[in-house]
Amino acid sequence: MKITPSKIISLLFFVFSGFYLYYAHQIQVFTFDENAPFNAKTFPIYLGYAGLIFSALYIILPETKPTNVNLRILDYKKTILLVVLMILYGIFILRAGYFLSTSIFLVLSYIVLGERKWLWIFTLSFPFVAVFMYLLHGLLNIYLRDPFLKFIGIMG
Amino acid sequence: MIEGILIGLETALSFKNLMMVMIGCFAGTIIGMLPGLGPMTAIALMIPITYGFEPSTGLILMAGVYYGAVFGGSTSSILINAPGIPGTVATSFDGYPMAQQGKAGKALAIAAYSSFAGGTIAAIFLLIAAPSLSKVSLAFRSPDYFGLMILGLTAVSAFSAKGHFLKAMMMVVLGLMLASVGQDTLSDIPRFTFQNMNLSDGISFVLVVMATFAMSEALMIIFKGNDPSRAAQRISLSQLGSIKLDKIETKKMINTIPRSSVLGFVIGVLPGAGSTIASFLAYGMERNFVNDEEKQKFGKGSVNGLAAPETANNAACSGSFVPLLTLGIPGSGTTAVMLGALLGFGIQPGPRLYQTNPEIFWSVIMSMYIGMVILLILNLPLIPYIARVLATPRTFLIPLILFFSVTGIYLMSFNNFDIYMMIGIAVVATALRLYDFPMPPLILAFVLGGLMEENLRRSLLISDGSFSFLWDRPLTFIIMITILVIVGWQMYKSFIGKKNS
Repeated sequence: MKITPSKIISLLFFVFSGFYLYYAHQIQVFTFDENAPFNAKTFPIYLGYAGLIFSALYIILPETKPTNVNLRILDYKKTILLVVLMILYGIFILRAGYFLSTSIFLVLSYIVLGERKWLWIFTLSFPFVAVFMYLLHGLLNIYLRDPFLKFIGIMG
Repeated sequence: MIEGILIGLETALSFKNLMMVMIGCFAGTIIGMLPGLGPMTAIALMIPITYGFEPSTGLILMAGVYYGAVFGGSTSSILINAPGIPGTVATSFDGYPMAQQGKAGKALAIAAYSSFAGGTIAAIFLLIAAPSLSKVSLAFRSPDYFGLMILGLTAVSAFSAKGHFLKAMMMVVLGLMLASVGQDTLSDIPRFTFQNMNLSDGISFVLVVMATFAMSEALMIIFKGNDPSRAAQRISLSQLGSIKLDKIETKKMINTIPRSSVLGFVIGVLPGAGSTIASFLAYGMERNFVNDEEKQKFGKGSVNGLAAPETANNAACSGSFVPLLTLGIPGSGTTAVMLGALLGFGIQPGPRLYQTNPEIFWSVIMSMYIGMVILLILNLPLIPYIARVLATPRTFLIPLILFFSVTGIYLMSFNNFDIYMMIGIAVVATALRLYDFPMPPLILAFVLGGLMEENLRRSLLISDGSFSFLWDRPLTFIIMITILVIVGWQMYKSFIGKKNS
């Protein structure tokens, strides 16, 4: 049996299904429901077994159409940086407010991806977010929490 | 039915809803045009915007986006040979050679007219078929629904990931597992919440769709280093040539459109098949219908070869609404997203939608037709300008997609836990997609998870815990046999058949 990345993913899914099944059995059901034909843990238990069966089949059976990915050509650096930026965006969106955190996220993302047209970078960040916020908050009445804009008195 | 059509027209033709169809078609065309971003991403990005709307308005907007995205996908297929969605791959076979011969405008016009005709004919079929099927489907019971859902999931897995059936089935199970997180609907017992309050309401549907499509698609483009805008920058988008068709070309289209529309609609109704299969089958069928001289032109810029898949993929889009509107069971990933949005509005599609919310049922059908007209009037003259979107550098495009995705989730909960979860799911989805683990089955399973459990619960309670409900009713029995045939055939094709060859 040849070990391929797809088989490794299937193995991880097998382990995940095992954990899922274990926790499915741990679901607390009402005493009167324990012997009922169907209770809160019935469906998850079936799913756990289904996950185990499908992943086991994939691991055991020969791979007829293997997926070949050239890992050397993938751009890890930019992808990881973007993911990190998104996490930071998630952290700061509540603290710094929507306007500031979104605009800074956009500026940094453009730069990370290699953009150097500064006028466009600026236009598609601070003014763009301001217009977008106006559309959502001002026209569509969708509430946007922004402590920073509230602090400086722009937003009520 | 006439009364229903009038209700639908009244709702769909209100100023607000007309504006929504126009905005939807326009936004859908732009998003669908960008290679890699298909109708699912386009609709997912629109969901947060529809929060404040009435259900019918929100749905009309999403239907417009759907058609616009399919139309936009064919534009990138024709101009830069980079299909926006799998459903427009067959369009590139003859569309791109035509564009290379300096007839890009003509190819885009053929695509637009064929899409319009296919969509219109299919909308008429839908108008006739949906109400009658709604009445028939009232006879369906829980075991039948449970069987139909399994059939839908199996069929989507079989068709959406050719040669990767087991991978698709794993994604189905993963989707159902994600759907099981949160409080049990009947007993309110928490499941897989790990005492985290953020998980007690379950994982949001919008979050999963955004993460698995919009966000992971954006990450995938960066990860793989794809930049379709380079190809677009090489061609002169302002000089596309004439969009006028001569008599011979029109005659060829008149022959092709009716047969491809019927085929597309029928394939669209079938669970899992969808626009991709419809367009390929229509292309193949058309090749058999034309004379030898025309056959030689296939792949080199044939009018029939371009009109057939374009007609069929739009007809299939309308067809895919039949199981959604009449049974409440989506047959494709895109209609699964629509179902999720409907459930978000508090509307349960299915046979009773026709009676309980006729304005929604009919306005969606009527808005499809209006959408087709708008696509033709608005997009055809604007194509040279809209096509410039293709040249948008990915350095701007990707951050904007990520920004829209995060904003969509942030607007729902104002909670950064959801943002982290979305990023986590997107990273996992990107890795899975890299190795051909398909996402549409996951989304379909996620949307159907709750309904499936509910129908299994009812079926098991009725049969006192016995699984005999799977073969007691003739309809359920036929559905189960169909499932077994699909699974058996897929397993044979994937393993035994291949081994012998």
